[in-house]
Amino acid sequence: MQHSRRSFLQRVGQAGAAALACAAGILPRLLWAAESRPAFTATTIADALKALDASHPQESTAIAFKAPDIAENGAVVPVEIESKLPNTRMIAILVDKNPHVMSSSFTIADGTEPFVATRVKVAESALIHAVVKTDAGAFYTTKLVKVTLGGCGG
Amino acid sequence: MTDPMRVRAVMIGDKVEVKILMQHVMETGQRKDADGNVVPAHYIVKVTANCQGREVLSADWGPSVSKNPYLAFRFKGAAKGDKVSITWIDTAGESRTDEVTIA
Repeated sequence: MQHSRRSFLQRVGQAGAAALACAAGILPRLLWAAESRPAFTATTIADALKALDASHPQESTAIAFKAPDIAENGAVVPVEIESKLPNTRMIAILVDKNPHVMSSSFTIADGTEPFVATRVKVAESALIHAVVKTDAGAFYTTKLVKVTLGGCGG
Repeated sequence: MTDPMRVRAVMIGDKVEVKILMQHVMETGQRKDADGNVVPAHYIVKVTANCQGREVLSADWGPSVSKNPYLAFRFKGAAKGDKVSITWIDTAGESRTDEVTIA
């Protein structure tokens, strides 16, 4: 087999570009979803909060956040969030250890209680963030949920 | 093909409590089947609730909402006999609307 110096260099270049794409997380993302909403493609809480326009929220005790201490099944973790902050406009749920941290956000209309209850997947033991946006800015509270059986895979 | 939601809306004092159970796989796109093939993502991205032509709640969801999603919320400004309709839209472009009368 004969390899010219030129074709060898080209191949090295291609391998390098592929490695870079993997490192940047471009390839795996293309494989799983056509998700394009910035909050939902974020892999860190900080990035997701930025996309929600809720950067640097203040910790608040006026958000009642119910979730189990230990979840036997991470695929179904019940969560309940009630904000006591005036003029709550949005409630969001983020799970820090999930591949994509953003789980859901709820827009609270006038006349709707700042309360939601739902069930989320938690891949592994994680800090769940309940984030609330009001006219006065962004607030959050967290709860550690230990998972004995992960919410992803199968 | 979409399956119907189970929706209940009940007056509690001056508030309506809505509880919804949707039928949806909420596939994340990260799971593999028995042959090692990735199961494509398929999940609800948007849920809206309307009462008498007024939007009372809208939700943006990602794949980490549990399979067969449950959602509960409460709102004011409606009476017994009014109708609440819930609509979801998923990543496959499918959508479903179910309506219930407030009891």
